[in-house]
Amino acid sequence: MTESNTNVSLKPEPRPEVPDLTMPFWDAAKRHELVVPRCTPCNAFFWYPREACPTCLRSDSWDWAKVSGNARLHTFTIVRQPLHPGFQEEVPYAFAVVQLDEGIRMMSNIVDCDVMEDIEIDMKLEVKFDDISDDWTLVKFKPA
Amino acid sequence: MSLRGKAAIVGFYEIPTQKEYPDRTTFGVMAEVARGAIKDAGLRKEDIDGLINGEGVNSITVAEALGIQPDYTASMTTHGSSGASSIATAAAVIAAGLANYVLCVFGEARPRSSSRMVGQAQGKGILPPASRATEWELPYGPVIAMNGWYGLIKQRHMFEYGTTQEQFAKLVVDQRFNAAANENAVWYGQPVTEEDVLNSRFTNDPLHLLESVMPCSGAHAVIVTSAERARSLPNDPAYILGVGGPATTHDVIWQKDDITTTPVVSSAPTALNMAEISINDVDMAQFYDCYSILAMACLEDAGVSKKGEIGPFYESTDTTYKGDFPINTDGGQIGAGQTGGVGGGFRHVVEGTRQVMGRAGLRQASKADICLVNG
Repeated sequence: MTESNTNVSLKPEPRPEVPDLTMPFWDAAKRHELVVPRCTPCNAFFWYPREACPTCLRSDSWDWAKVSGNARLHTFTIVRQPLHPGFQEEVPYAFAVVQLDEGIRMMSNIVDCDVMEDIEIDMKLEVKFDDISDDWTLVKFKPA
Repeated sequence: MSLRGKAAIVGFYEIPTQKEYPDRTTFGVMAEVARGAIKDAGLRKEDIDGLINGEGVNSITVAEALGIQPDYTASMTTHGSSGASSIATAAAVIAAGLANYVLCVFGEARPRSSSRMVGQAQGKGILPPASRATEWELPYGPVIAMNGWYGLIKQRHMFEYGTTQEQFAKLVVDQRFNAAANENAVWYGQPVTEEDVLNSRFTNDPLHLLESVMPCSGAHAVIVTSAERARSLPNDPAYILGVGGPATTHDVIWQKDDITTTPVVSSAPTALNMAEISINDVDMAQFYDCYSILAMACLEDAGVSKKGEIGPFYESTDTTYKGDFPINTDGGQIGAGQTGGVGGGFRHVVEGTRQVMGRAGLRQASKADICLVNG
């Protein structure tokens, strides 16, 4: 790498645009709190956040509910060839479907362990907030 | 109203599936296979009054490009299942009297890999607009193409049912044997061994590269008409005995409640009940196989084996065109290539037709009266 490149990010972050609808989730993550949508009239949790409750079809009738972050591993895959070049230097890492105790499933990473040895389906997990930068935190999970 | 025996496929055509057709256009290859299928059916272009194609290209645009004036037209938009679903729709359209001769045509000629292009765009800091994928998947580092999703299913299937890497590899070995005898296949003349599959690299554990499709260019077409009209045409018709679906329930795998169970669990019984047969009456299967795990989970859900026992089934069954229960006799997508423009699933329709008509040449199975096709 030449000196002139030092200001160029070598790891282009796949940081999403955040619409107003989901801003409270990202704000909570920054505070190291996990919140998920819960329909007020029918009480159903759901993931991912969307306009209408997929259980009762009422729109704009849900609120954010704080949850424990306790979960189990539903399934996972060890990534060698990422879609996004920004992850190339992270391989191998665990890309996983996590089932929260509230019953909803989300995509995440399993961290703070040896991904080749320590991960198995159904293992207990707890939330791990990963501060990527001052204003962006990702919700990940680690063995409980 | 049952569609049993109301319609038949009376002609087909395809061009070789290749990594690229750099000097051709999508409409060019669609026109070539449309012309071939119409001719094979013993018809004229003017006879075609129905048109169904895949997603990505609006059927009105296709009609205009091919100079067809359809009385009924539609683009199928259920991803991989679009190909087989086009036949279900065509049969219903014909039975309802909305059209007499339906051209179903799928293909693409661009040197395109959508995942590669998305990856390149993202590498340049360009992200698509906020969506389920960009906000809730991309920050965690998905795998190239669809490999991550199928790795997740495969891992769970191995956990729930004890399915082994060797059993998954057997599917690939059998299909590459079939592809080796298919001059239209991208892997024509190139069989592989179990060791080749198991030694191929993991794009993502536990999924090997050789268990994945190669995105390709190519095109396929068939003509569907009523059983009555079919009897006066030159080819021995492939009658459509029953259809089910598209029963797709979700856009992305992790949104599904039971990720090792596929929508075939509802579409196959619908089709078999309509046909008034059981799975035991089926001679062969042409099943959607973007990855080994998907074909295997779908075959289970169709009842080819009990749920969870497709691994032992492959271990003990020769599924090549020479075998007791042939599966994906043209090589399937894993052996012959995944045609773009959601044409991958349509190859199963064409090969099923070829086998039932008795026109599969070297690959003709000894018994091919009833073929179950899954898109």
